[in-house]
Amino acid sequence: MNQVKKYLGVVWILIAVVAYSTLLITSIEQINQKPTVDTIIQWSIFAFVFFPIAIGLIVFGWLAASGAYDHLPKSSNEVEE
Amino acid sequence: MGKLKKIRFFPIYFYLQNEIKYRFYLYSMTIAPDKKQTRKVIFASSVGTLIEWYDFYIFGSLAPIIATQFFPKTNPTAALLSTLATFAAGFIVRPFGALVFGRLGDMIGRKYTFMLTLVLMGGSTFAIGLIPGYETLGFLAPLLVLLLRLVQGLALGGEYGGAATYVAEHAPDHKRGYYTSWIQTTATLGLLLSLGIILITRKSLAADDAESIRIFEEWGWRIPFWFSVALVGMSIYIRLKMHESPLFTKLKKEGKTSTNPIRESLMHKGNLKMVLLALFGATMGQGVVWYTGQFYAQTFLEAKCLVDFEQTRTILIWAIIAATPLFIVFGKLSDTWGRKWIIMVGLLLAIFSYRPIYQKMLDLTTTEQVVKDNRKTKIERVIVPAGKSDYGLERTTTSYFFQNGIVEKVSKTDTLFQSGKEAEGKASGKSKELPNDIYWAMVALVFIQIVFVTMVYGPIAAFLVEIFPTRIRYTSMSLPYHLGNGVFGGMTPFIAVLLGTMYSGDALVGLWYPIAVAAVCLVIGSIYLSNKIDPNVND
Repeated sequence: MNQVKKYLGVVWILIAVVAYSTLLITSIEQINQKPTVDTIIQWSIFAFVFFPIAIGLIVFGWLAASGAYDHLPKSSNEVEE
Repeated sequence: MGKLKKIRFFPIYFYLQNEIKYRFYLYSMTIAPDKKQTRKVIFASSVGTLIEWYDFYIFGSLAPIIATQFFPKTNPTAALLSTLATFAAGFIVRPFGALVFGRLGDMIGRKYTFMLTLVLMGGSTFAIGLIPGYETLGFLAPLLVLLLRLVQGLALGGEYGGAATYVAEHAPDHKRGYYTSWIQTTATLGLLLSLGIILITRKSLAADDAESIRIFEEWGWRIPFWFSVALVGMSIYIRLKMHESPLFTKLKKEGKTSTNPIRESLMHKGNLKMVLLALFGATMGQGVVWYTGQFYAQTFLEAKCLVDFEQTRTILIWAIIAATPLFIVFGKLSDTWGRKWIIMVGLLLAIFSYRPIYQKMLDLTTTEQVVKDNRKTKIERVIVPAGKSDYGLERTTTSYFFQNGIVEKVSKTDTLFQSGKEAEGKASGKSKELPNDIYWAMVALVFIQIVFVTMVYGPIAAFLVEIFPTRIRYTSMSLPYHLGNGVFGGMTPFIAVLLGTMYSGDALVGLWYPIAVAAVCLVIGSIYLSNKIDPNVND
């Protein structure tokens, strides 16, 4: 199971990159198609909000790939170690 | 002199008396939690949280009216989108609220922090109800609304984590899921309360229904915002009587509280990995399921199925009333079965049922191939004089009766000039009144969606509390909760509507967003999360 967790780590990184790139491209396309204030604001909000989320998913994938989730902490002391 | 002594020593006596009582309370809550005391804790926490959710949701429920009041009326869609953007702003700032108030909660205590969030929430809600419209204040009006909405979002970001942590830290180990599930009912009950108050206000402003609705749309919509002050006042009174969490007090006495909870939550690898796992393996899926079942369902009923305003709300109200006890059931079951698999099964069911459920909702309300009974067609005309102007408005409502019992109402407003000329308006609205059988079938379809909500949401507070240490629990659990619910969940109706306008050929295209997010969350949660219940949250 730990091997699966590690391999899937790469998948999460790829999903984050592909999903965010798609969002960015769609945002630019939509803004170019209809450059009104509403379109610019709503697509900019999406791009802004999902950027840290995408970074978070990349970090999650990287941690998974490096084996950080092979063992989950059983007590708070382990979390803080 | 004797009297003076008494006055001088009274504060010390009073302090000692309270200190002894409090010590006894701490002892009893840590060693052997008393049932009556625990019930008080759950009640006081839940009432406050319910009111915060009420405050937060009346804005969303009144979005179309707020759009006409505060945003330029030239383009109603633009106005609605602007309001939804404001709505989203309320959701986006929630994670920041989680950080700001989570930090306070981990440093100065749970009780005072969520008291502060309650005051901020109540104050901003009341103020929204006082702001004059766009026609009076110009752009300052929407700007003020936006700012107050942001304050609401910040306050909510701080409230939930505090309440859940507070209850969990009072709960016995084998009943943590059950006790915190009461807090989990508050979001849904807050929505129910907001829908109920809006419906009652909308109907009771005049003897005539149409006149009452007109008054409601003019200024009556402000009443649910003002009503919040009474609710918040009551909740503050109840919460003032509460004590600080025994676990936090113990930590503080030992000098073990965190000096920088945000840094410890996010910069410490061991804790960061749990924050990310909680977000991607549980709360992001839970967030989209929550908002699809209780918000997108409402939008879909109104915008795609064209169900009448009042019926849409009552459908949701009945479904919520029937499903709410299940939050407690799944919370309690999670104490025996573990939190993980209940949440995962809820996600799985949602992923595979959403499209069939929404397709059924469309099929039930369609009138496309249904025979129309033309003999029953009814036309009602009402002429409304427009003050001293040289014109009046003629509102025409045509009701078409279909064989399946649906009554479709098409309304149109024309302008009548004194000179006798008539300016024909476009059809301004179309809505459907459902017959009993279809109405209750819709209640059942929404109910099923809320059952999924109860499965994913009932055990989540206990799950989040158990994976983080006491000293940074408020911050650490609030962040993934509000990212999952605020960003992923809160944006669901907005993104789904947008997908619908981009790919207008498929009425169900908006569902791909919650389905995709829930699917990724299901895989991550199933593989990486543990189903073990932490027997000790005192560490």
